[in-house]
Amino acid sequence: MRELLGTGLILLGLPFFIASTLGLLRFPDVYARLHALTKADNVGLGLICIGLAVQASSIAVALKIVLIWGLILLASSTGATLIASSALRHGPAPRRDDEDTHAGR
Amino acid sequence: MLVVDLLLALAALATAGQCLLLPGLFRAIANLMAFGLVMALIWVRLDAPDVALAEAAIGAGITGALLLTVAGQLPASQHSLQSIGSGLSRRTLAISVLVLFITGLLWIAVVSLPKPGLVNEVTAVLADSGAEHAVTAILLNLRGMDTLLEVAVMLCAVAAIWSLQKAIPPPPLNNHYPGLPTLARWLHPLFLLTFSYFLWQGAHAPGGAFPAGAVLGAGGVLLLLTGSIAWMHQHAYNLLLRWLLAAGLLFFLATALSGFLITGTLYGLPPRFASYFIIAIEVATALSIALMLMTFYLFGRPGTRQ
Repeated sequence: MRELLGTGLILLGLPFFIASTLGLLRFPDVYARLHALTKADNVGLGLICIGLAVQASSIAVALKIVLIWGLILLASSTGATLIASSALRHGPAPRRDDEDTHAGR
Repeated sequence: MLVVDLLLALAALATAGQCLLLPGLFRAIANLMAFGLVMALIWVRLDAPDVALAEAAIGAGITGALLLTVAGQLPASQHSLQSIGSGLSRRTLAISVLVLFITGLLWIAVVSLPKPGLVNEVTAVLADSGAEHAVTAILLNLRGMDTLLEVAVMLCAVAAIWSLQKAIPPPPLNNHYPGLPTLARWLHPLFLLTFSYFLWQGAHAPGGAFPAGAVLGAGGVLLLLTGSIAWMHQHAYNLLLRWLLAAGLLFFLATALSGFLITGTLYGLPPRFASYFIIAIEVATALSIALMLMTFYLFGRPGTRQ
């Protein structure tokens, strides 16, 4: 039962990674790519971590896996903010497609 | 698992190739850091978690951040270094032949190593060495001289960096990136916990002074770069900093000499006290390693009067 639940959660988490990788490769600028990476990666990683924790041999191992998830959440959200604010100050301005199209009409 | 191993090997080759062949310094550094992480995973697959940790912390983390800082300080004109031509020039051919020759020699050396190595010899003296784990016993007792020299090399690197220029104080970050100093401070207790865990674990499982020092050093570098450690830049603490940096090496030397006085061989630890000696050396070296890794990030000699 635990095996099945864990595998199900991991399989549920995988599409998020695939989607965020696609976003990293296909999205137009750094802000959109960051959005894809951090949001989707965190959900996908969370599901995979819960899936692994459910299958873990002991509570201690399960808690360690959840701790890893928490640490990655902290680090990746801070990193994303850093990259985004750095890009905002020194890099290209964010694209504003919706405003452009509205202004064009 | 063969698929995973093959993928890892491919990833290592791909990141190494991209690091060398793609134009642009930033890309090379990013690929080098990715290469370090892949190497760390490979070490995990080879059942060497301590090497993996040191590789991830030093190879990917600390070296990568140093290189990124350097790239940030270079003038923009030097950022787009030309890559070597992709065509097979005569020089590439000669280098490839040389590399293949050296690889062949290494392969022959590895194949002709006695199987199963020195495992039996090490196990035989493990009880007298003062450590329960073979790697720690070798690093700190049986081949203590090598570790001593490694620490000396690191101290020389600090001296070399300090001789280049004055230290560059970290830029004030609070206005633009408020999250970073907070993260560094919040995470530091975890770095300390991991450090203590690795030190304690080193006696009987993979771990020990080098991974512990690398972890604490990485946390310290975060604090230092976010401007949370002001004392290192102050003149009043300069002498203390120098003594602390040298403390690991000095303590190591003192044990080696006292071993010489007690047992008659340099670095011969008397079996009865060996475990105490090893714990003391391990703590001292780990702290010194952490401090040395941090002082790399002063980018020069701190504490000079303005």
